[in-house]
Amino acid sequence: MPIFEVFRQEKKGQAFQHAGSVDAPDAEFAETWAREQYGRRGESEALWLVPREAVHEVIDFPDEFDLKYRRVDGYSLKARLSVARERAAARTR
Amino acid sequence: MREREQLLALADDELVIGWRDSEWTGIAPTLEEDVAFSSIAQNEIGHARAVYELLAEDADALAFDRAPEEYRCSPLVELRLLDWAHTIARRYLYEQTDRERIERLMQSDDPVVAGIARKIDREEAYHRMHAELWAERLRDEPRFTQALEELRPYVDGDRATRTPEFAELWDEMTCVRRSAPGAEW
Amino acid sequence: MTEAEFIDYLHAGGQVETGDWMPDEYRARLVKFIQMHGSSELMGVLPEREWILRAPTLQRKLALTAKVQDEAGHAQLIYRVVEDLGKPREQCLQELVDGKAKFHNVFHYPTKTWGDVGVIAWLVDAAAIISQKALLKCSYAPYARIMKKICWEESFHILHGRDVVLAMINGTDAQRELVQEALDRWWGPLMQFHGTKIEPENDPMLHWRIKSQGNEEARQQFLEGYAPQIWEIGLTVPDPKLHRSDDGVWEYTEPDWDELKSVVTGHGPRSADRLAFRRRFLEQERWVRELVQAA
Repeated sequence: MPIFEVFRQEKKGQAFQHAGSVDAPDAEFAETWAREQYGRRGESEALWLVPREAVHEVIDFPDEFDLKYRRVDGYSLKARLSVARERAAARTR
Repeated sequence: MREREQLLALADDELVIGWRDSEWTGIAPTLEEDVAFSSIAQNEIGHARAVYELLAEDADALAFDRAPEEYRCSPLVELRLLDWAHTIARRYLYEQTDRERIERLMQSDDPVVAGIARKIDREEAYHRMHAELWAERLRDEPRFTQALEELRPYVDGDRATRTPEFAELWDEMTCVRRSAPGAEW
Repeated sequence: MTEAEFIDYLHAGGQVETGDWMPDEYRARLVKFIQMHGSSELMGVLPEREWILRAPTLQRKLALTAKVQDEAGHAQLIYRVVEDLGKPREQCLQELVDGKAKFHNVFHYPTKTWGDVGVIAWLVDAAAIISQKALLKCSYAPYARIMKKICWEESFHILHGRDVVLAMINGTDAQRELVQEALDRWWGPLMQFHGTKIEPENDPMLHWRIKSQGNEEARQQFLEGYAPQIWEIGLTVPDPKLHRSDDGVWEYTEPDWDELKSVVTGHGPRSADRLAFRRRFLEQERWVRELVQAA
């Protein structure tokens, strides 16, 4: 039986998140069934149903040379800030 | 039929078809369908409750404390149908006739009745979708087409007389309640 | 990764996804454990579904239908996880009806009265939820994720069960008696539910971080939470030894482990006929599954 991935929006404005999957022969059955499995308690604002084969997984993100400059942890301002403050203080004396 | 009689017939139909549909809990053809079908059964019991509450102070007493001959359900819903082809055939036939009845009640002069009928209709829309989805898939299956033909005569059956199947249903439905009449549960 | 590295990874809190490499033993234990959970949810439906039909009020009928619906829904969530680990659902279901798949002891016993309905929803579900909450930390992430939904849905089951019990306790003498009598019958299976004591270092489920809680810990948690609730409403349990000692450990008469073993290997009072019932409908509706899949 084909598999449909279910994405769920809990409240308006929130992102859709993956919630699970259903075995269903086609989109119509998937809708009827996912609606109850992921919405019978009014817990979902909306659902997206996607055939599993339409989902492409991407899992490999090489960063061999540690390109830290693009991230917040690539910056340590402490030492320079310390020097700059000292110099500013020295100028005003 | 006066409106009050229509309402009782509606409530009794929904109670009994909800009872019959809940017999599929845990044993439907697939687990996904099991969950969906159980929601339909709960909706139906919910509809019955809403209408019983219109008709009486104590909805549970009206639902469960009558003698079999006082119920006004259709013979169609009384039948025990523990195979899928017949179950879907019944749902399909039931939803068709129920739709006309609900549409009439939505036009009621009584705004409370019309309001409840509208709420029921909004939920029944999904029951209709479900029945039509299955009916379409099963349309070439002889088990299904035969079941439709077998059940069609029951649609406009006599509501004043119970089928032989009802006695067992009533007995099971009321046995706990009868064990302590008037008790809180 | 070697198996040793994988185990270090798990012990450091590492999580595993479906497509990740995993040792054969880990995969096999996962499938067995998770399949047993799925089988249990599916068999758990059967003791309770008869009572939907007999529910004495509309509200109770609705609540019980919703509870049992949740169990079928949980079976769906759980079997999906097993399928993604490589074992088809039809195979799981066939193994179940052929008596080759184990399921929890409690679902092999009969339900005799409306008293059972309350006791099961309150106490059997309570025992199950303790295990389920511990599974939120399972190293296999797809299973941990569905446990979140399962725990969330289970939250009303215990309340419903306790409400049913309280209504009867506050009712007629006959109603009270139904509850006490049901509790007397269910106490043994409840005490056996979490399984025999296993030393943590000998527990493969803990080693592979599939479970995060040992059997005895779960049972202690159950007693700590629920024995006081049972006693405070005047109910008794058929174990004169049950008490909480000064160091906080609950002491009790050793459960009948032979009974547990016999029951989970399919020799419980209702094992055979419930499996036969399942088999009947699995086979009867096979044409439906084949038809919709073929389309």
